[in-house]
Amino acid sequence: MNRLTLFIPFALCLALGAFLFFSLGKDPLDLPSALVGEPFPEFSLEELHEPERQVSTDDFDSQVLLVNVWATWCFACRIEHPWLNSLAKDGVVIVGLNYKDHRKLAQDWLQERGDPYQFSIFDPRGVLGIDLGVYGAPETYLVDAEGIVRHRRVGVVDERVWNEEFRDLYQQLVDEANAE
Amino acid sequence: MIAEYGHIALIVALCLSVAQAIVPMAGSFAGYRTWMRLGHSLALGQLVFVAISFACLTAAFVQDDFSLQYVANNSNTLLPTQFKVSAVWGAHEGSLLLWALILAVWSAAVAMFSGHLPLVLSSRVLSILGAISVGFGLFILLTSNPFARILPFSPTEGGDLNPLLQDFGLIVHPPMLYMGYVGFSVAFAFAVAALIGGQFDSAWARWARPWINSAWVFLTIGITLGSWWAYYELGWGGWWFWDPVENASLMPWLVGTALVHSISVTEKRGAFRSWTLLLAILAFSLSLLGTFLVRSGVLTSVHAFANDPERGIFILAFLGLVVGSSLLLFALRGPVVQRQKGDAEVVSYSGLSREMMLLLNNVLLVSAMAMILIGTLYPLIADVLDLGKISVGPPYFNFFFVPMALGLMVAMGFAVFSRWKKTDAQMLRQKGMLPFLISLTAALILPLFLAESMSWETYSITAAITLGASFWVVTMSLEDLWQKLDRGSSKAGSRLTNMTKLPGSYWGMQVAHIGIAVCALGVGLSSVYDVQKDVRMVPGDRAEVAGYEFTFDSLDFVQGPNYGASRGQISAYKNDRLVAVLHPEKRKYEARNQVMTEAALDAGLTRDLYVSLGEPLKDDAWAIRLHVKPFVRCIWLGGLMIGLGGLLSVMDKRYRRRQPGALSKAQSAAQSGATALEVGAQ
Amino acid sequence: MQSNVWPSLGLLKQVGLFLLFSSAAMAVEDVVSFSDESLRPRYQQLLEELRCPKCQNQNLADSNSAISQDLRAEVQRLLEQDLTDAEIKDYLKNRYSEFILYRPEVNRATWFLWAAPVVLVVLGGLIVLRLSRRKKLGDSQETDIPVRSADQQQRLDKLLNSPKQGSE
Repeated sequence: MNRLTLFIPFALCLALGAFLFFSLGKDPLDLPSALVGEPFPEFSLEELHEPERQVSTDDFDSQVLLVNVWATWCFACRIEHPWLNSLAKDGVVIVGLNYKDHRKLAQDWLQERGDPYQFSIFDPRGVLGIDLGVYGAPETYLVDAEGIVRHRRVGVVDERVWNEEFRDLYQQLVDEANAE
Repeated sequence: MIAEYGHIALIVALCLSVAQAIVPMAGSFAGYRTWMRLGHSLALGQLVFVAISFACLTAAFVQDDFSLQYVANNSNTLLPTQFKVSAVWGAHEGSLLLWALILAVWSAAVAMFSGHLPLVLSSRVLSILGAISVGFGLFILLTSNPFARILPFSPTEGGDLNPLLQDFGLIVHPPMLYMGYVGFSVAFAFAVAALIGGQFDSAWARWARPWINSAWVFLTIGITLGSWWAYYELGWGGWWFWDPVENASLMPWLVGTALVHSISVTEKRGAFRSWTLLLAILAFSLSLLGTFLVRSGVLTSVHAFANDPERGIFILAFLGLVVGSSLLLFALRGPVVQRQKGDAEVVSYSGLSREMMLLLNNVLLVSAMAMILIGTLYPLIADVLDLGKISVGPPYFNFFFVPMALGLMVAMGFAVFSRWKKTDAQMLRQKGMLPFLISLTAALILPLFLAESMSWETYSITAAITLGASFWVVTMSLEDLWQKLDRGSSKAGSRLTNMTKLPGSYWGMQVAHIGIAVCALGVGLSSVYDVQKDVRMVPGDRAEVAGYEFTFDSLDFVQGPNYGASRGQISAYKNDRLVAVLHPEKRKYEARNQVMTEAALDAGLTRDLYVSLGEPLKDDAWAIRLHVKPFVRCIWLGGLMIGLGGLLSVMDKRYRRRQPGALSKAQSAAQSGATALEVGAQ
Repeated sequence: MQSNVWPSLGLLKQVGLFLLFSSAAMAVEDVVSFSDESLRPRYQQLLEELRCPKCQNQNLADSNSAISQDLRAEVQRLLEQDLTDAEIKDYLKNRYSEFILYRPEVNRATWFLWAAPVVLVVLGGLIVLRLSRRKKLGDSQETDIPVRSADQQQRLDKLLNSPKQGSE
């Protein structure tokens, strides 16, 4: 081996070290949504409180809104619910997606904790969930006025997460929608 | 109080290791013999105190001392005692203490068995080991202290050991594996000491070799045990998943295997010197890298210990320091060890020589390791470079590893026959003809008999290739053995006496290589001929899988020491004869409210019957998974054979001969030459 | 028909169980059923190549999480709809991102991943070849005596050429 080749292992070690350093703190299971930049998937499902009513993306009414995936069996959903209630009071439009749940239990749950949702999509078999790429609750999608998914958060959306990830983008989208 | 003793003992051990890291090394430069000799006593002292610390932690577990955070998280009053003991290393903090203990054991072993080494060398080796101990000691005391207490309100009950770990496997697999991982630190220390001293010759190789081989044996057996444990414990019959933690153990093993072969060239022929040093550094570096990957949270794994970026930074810094400085040392001092004044200028060897074969071996092994490293780290690299979240799984690893392994096996057949410096191509062709024909026949014919129905439709090319390669390795090995036994006279009795004349390392090589063939056979055939059925059964039902009939006899509820279980009884019949009665269980562990599948196995050399309960279905039915897995046991049998081969090599008399004091170069050269002749230019 | 195999039972019981088994043997069904059995091996293969999105590194075949069960059913549904393996993987990739594929796609982001091992082996092979060719050239000049440095040669010549001393 000549002199310079002897340094190759050391150089590789430095490069690897750099990568490992920058990877610390990144969550390997924090998946980006495949739908960011894509239209919200088409669906036709019953509304949670009114079984006779079929809802679809038309009911989004060209608003900027959040779609919040929730279920009664989801513990974390209880933690984020108060903040959602507060957001709804402030005028943020939130549509619920009741994921793989029992209708009656879900209705009672909302009765007990408050209903921030303009309406709740009832998806007992998780069909819309799969089209969205949902893999657990709670998840929250930010959809713009044209029905394009702009951001997804897997996990609880509380005040801190809202401020860090959603608030500015939400405001920007609302302003754009109002400008038209 | 015991926990405090344990804590203090650990601190004392740390102080001793600091001294061990500094004093002998300083002494070796200054020439103070007392300082150099101090390394031996310090290493032994360190072992005593780490052992005390470990014993105290074990006592805390056995006595249900839940005031310790670590015990509270990982134990439970209902946990059977043997699992309380193994729970000591069942999670992050305790497993690190086990690391430290095993490091102390190896250091003490070096201290005890290095009487024949030059004092300068052994003192430096011990200092380097001491430095590594300091790193681990600091890591434990500063970030991962198993003796940390929960005060003032200690829980009265613990969170229980993860049910998957409440098994014999936890008792044996981690200690064995760590013996291997940590054992390579000795090889590392030898290499760094050689680089520091600039003295590196066949004598060094001879001294280092038993340490390298024994670490390798432990790692081999550790990995084999891990695979076997995953197989029967996880409930779905898989035995290797290319999971980051599994890869973290395979990579040092591949480099270790390359090292075991490369150092033989260095010892016998004085070639591949820098390369051998590099491999020794690399093997331990990969062990440390594995420690980082498993505990820092950068990669997802079912086996991962801790997801703590803070600890990750510490390990990364330690890793960078150890690996970076040793590789820098290698780059700077490499030229010094490459050539010695007065040595023969060129070590020459021809195209088909043993040296060339071992070079090929090394190329393939190191390429395989690099491939696994790239594949394992790629998700991480892609994420850092913002290329998205990519998954790299078994399809990728199998795609590359299988051809590489096959290439190794083909080369192995040739290599057994090769000679140092030059191999007669004509002889190789002649001797290899019969093995080749046998292997070809086996490859063509046997798959016909192994499938359920004898027909060309079910003929499997994969099985054919596996059989061909395995038979090739075995027949070539046996051919070489036959030839060696035949040497001398043709009298009937002389063959047996010749057998005793063959050195341990030769038998080691044969057994290990045949072990690889057996293992490969198991891997290939079980992948091809595995049959699985997921069926819905109620008690009374019968299902047919691969020529076996399984009847679901009954389902009961049983109570274990810390769990309740639904237990099925399933009988297996072949040709109307009862072959096995199996009891798969679906256990619910109360403490963690965790459900676990306990599969039932009927093990056999030619096939395993593997049954597990899936989910309960409507109307008292259960989803039951029935497997017939041909030859799967050969995998671990092969693994054990490989380990056994390594053990035979370690026990070779050549390495157990005690050499007085420091050998002069001439003496060592003469002995290398003598031993080369002794083993008859293998 | 096969006769009952339990030796310890009485004849009547045997006949009864015989009748029971002969009908039960037909009734055991697979947990997952396909309209066309040739879909099953593809199903198994796909489950092994698809990753459970929320588990700690498990494929769809081995995971018991809710999402895995749902996705298994989805794969089955898509197979019944006559999609090819590639189409099924694409379908899921569009919803769950490339994370769900255990066999990474070959594209700009992964060219290094797929090329590196090949390059390594080829490089290694070239090194071996170069060394073996170099050694082969040196073969014809090779003797068993190592090549000496000039210094050594000089000393050797001196020793050989010096007049013989008496035995001392």
